[in-house]
Amino acid sequence: MSGLDHLEIKGLGVTFDGFKAIDGVDLALREGRLHFLIGPNGAGKTTLVDALTGLVKATGHAQYRGKDLLSLTSHQVVRAGVGRTFQTATVFEELSVLQNLDIAGGVHRSAWSMILARRKVPTYVEQALEIIGLQELRHRPAGVLAHGQKQWLEIGMLLVQDAQVMFLDETVAGMSAEEREETGQLLLRISPNRTIVVIEHDMDFVRTFADVVTVMHAGKVLTEGTVAEIQADRQVQEVYLGRSAEGTAHA
Amino acid sequence: MTAPMTETIAEPEAAATMPGAPRSIRFKGLLPLAGIAVLALLLLVVAPSALSTFRLNNLGKYCCYAIAAVGIGLAWGRGGMLVLGQGLFFGLGAYAMGMHLKLDAAGPDAVPDFMMNFGSGVLPAWWEPFRSGAFTVVAIVVIPAVVAGVLGIAVFKRRIKGAYFAILSQALTVAFAALLVSQIKYTGGQTGLNSLSTFFGYNLYDPVNKQMVYMIAAALLIGMLLITFQLYSSRFGELLVATRDAEERVRFLGHDPANIKTVAFVIAAIMASIGGAMFVPLAGLINPREVSALASIMLIAGVALGGRASLLGPAIGALVVGYGRTSLSEAFPDQWTYFLGALFIVVILLIPNGLTSLVTKLWRGLASKRGSSDLGGEAA
Repeated sequence: MSGLDHLEIKGLGVTFDGFKAIDGVDLALREGRLHFLIGPNGAGKTTLVDALTGLVKATGHAQYRGKDLLSLTSHQVVRAGVGRTFQTATVFEELSVLQNLDIAGGVHRSAWSMILARRKVPTYVEQALEIIGLQELRHRPAGVLAHGQKQWLEIGMLLVQDAQVMFLDETVAGMSAEEREETGQLLLRISPNRTIVVIEHDMDFVRTFADVVTVMHAGKVLTEGTVAEIQADRQVQEVYLGRSAEGTAHA
Repeated sequence: MTAPMTETIAEPEAAATMPGAPRSIRFKGLLPLAGIAVLALLLLVVAPSALSTFRLNNLGKYCCYAIAAVGIGLAWGRGGMLVLGQGLFFGLGAYAMGMHLKLDAAGPDAVPDFMMNFGSGVLPAWWEPFRSGAFTVVAIVVIPAVVAGVLGIAVFKRRIKGAYFAILSQALTVAFAALLVSQIKYTGGQTGLNSLSTFFGYNLYDPVNKQMVYMIAAALLIGMLLITFQLYSSRFGELLVATRDAEERVRFLGHDPANIKTVAFVIAAIMASIGGAMFVPLAGLINPREVSALASIMLIAGVALGGRASLLGPAIGALVVGYGRTSLSEAFPDQWTYFLGALFIVVILLIPNGLTSLVTKLWRGLASKRGSSDLGGEAA
C-alpha cells in the first residue's frame, strides 16, 4: 500500500533564466504523515510545489501512482489526485460556501451531469462541509468569510476533489492563535489516509503538528527529520532557526 | 465571524441553484423564467395579432439577431470571450439555408440563376447535398459546431484570450465576407443569394406562410433562451463563470479551461448559425453585408445594450437594436448610425451592465425594502 500512495521526487530541478531555483531535490512524501516544508524566503518551497502541480517547468521525476507529475498539466495533476492551495486564498467569492465545495467536485462527474442543475447536496460535499466545520455558513457567499474560514474552505475543496496528496501553502499565515489551533486539528483529522505537505513559517505551529519536517535552503533539501532532530541540527540553526525570532529554541 | 450579512450581498445569478438556499435567492433565480414567459407571450401571441405582416416579418429578423445574441451572451457575458466575429457563424447558417432555398427556387435539376450568368452553368458538387432539406438542417447545426470546435481548441489551448481572441474572431469574419464576395461563381458575390421565394416548399409570398416563418423564428428564440436558462443554472454554467473570473484557479479544480470555453463557444456558434438560417426566409435573401464585420458589431452592440451577463439582456438588446435600426433608418436614412452610436455611449456611461441590470437593481431595492426581518432571519 505504501508504495501506491507514495510520491517519490528524484532530482527535481527548476531553472529561471539560468538561476537554479530548485537544484536537484530528492524527497519522499508518504501517506498518513503531516509533512512540513520549511526554509528561509527564497529557499524554493513554493517553486517546488509549483513544479509538482504543473505551474512551472521542471527537470527530474516525480512519480505518483505510476505517473510522472512533471509531465502533466495542472488539471491533469488534479485528476491524478494531487491538490494544492495558494498563499492567498482563491475561493470563488460570489459563490456560496456550498457552491464552492460543489464546484470542486468535477472529478466525480460525467459530462452529462454538468449540464444539469444540482438537485441535492452530494454526500461528499456534505462530508467535507462537516470536516471543515463551516456547516452554519453554507449559504454565505465565500467573499464574506473570515481569512481563516477561506483557508478551511480551500481545504474543503481539496477534500471534495478527492486530493490524496495536498500541498498547503502557508495556510495559517495571518491566522489568529485559535484559528491556527483549529487548522492544526483539521489537518490531524484529514491526515491519516492522505499525504499532506504544509509550507510554513510559523515554528510554533510546526512544532505542535509536524510529524516530519523537511528544511530547504537555496533550492536544495538541507535536511529532513522530526522536529527534535531538525532543531538539533547545526546547519539548520545557522541558515534558518538561528536567524529567526524563534532562535532561542536551541539556546 | 463578521457581522451578519443580508442576502443582498450575494451575487444574483449563481446562488439560485443550490438546494435549500434562502427563499429570496430562489425566487430571484426564477425571475428570468418569468421574463422568458412574458417575452414568449409578447412574441408568440401579442405580436402576431397586433402587427402587420410587414412589421411582423421585421420583428422576425430581430428575433434572428436575438438568437445569435443569446449565444454571444453565453460566450461573452458568462464566458468572457469577446466574440466579435459571430457574423461568420451567422453567415454559415444563413448561406446553408440560402443555398437550399436557392436550389428550391430554381427547381429540381436546375441551376441557380447567378451560376448561369457568372459560372459554368454546372452545379458544383458541394452544392448538390443542399437540395435536401434534412441535410441542410443538419448542416446548419454541424458545420458551425465543427468550425467553432476546431477553432476553439486551437485558440484556447494556446491560451489566446482577451483582445487577441477578439481580433482573431473579427479577422475571420472579414475574411469570410471577402471570400463570399470573391467567389461569385459559387456564392453570388456581392449580391448574394436572392429571389428566395419558398421555404421548404411553402410559398413565401403568402402572408400565412410568412407568419409561420416568423412564428418558427420567435419560437426558436424562446427555445434558445430556455436552453440557456438551463445552462446558466447548471454546474457547467457555474464553471463557465468561474473560468471567466479565475481561469487559473479552475485548472486546480481539475478542469482544462480550454474545454469549458470551447463548449460555450460552440454553443454560441450554433445559435448564431440558427439565427442566420432563419434570417434568410424572413429577408428573402442573404448577402455578404449581413455577415460582415459591421453586422457582427451590431450583434455585440445589442448584447452590450441589453446586459451581456444576464439571460434576457442580450435578446432584448438585440431586439431593441434591430427595431431602432429599422425605425431610425426609415426616419433618418443617413444619420441613424449616429443615433445608435450616441445611445451606446449613454448606456455604457450610465448603465454599464445593460438595460436588464435596471430590473435587477429594482428587484434588490424591493427585497431590501421588505426588510431583513423575515428574509435575513431565514438566511442565518
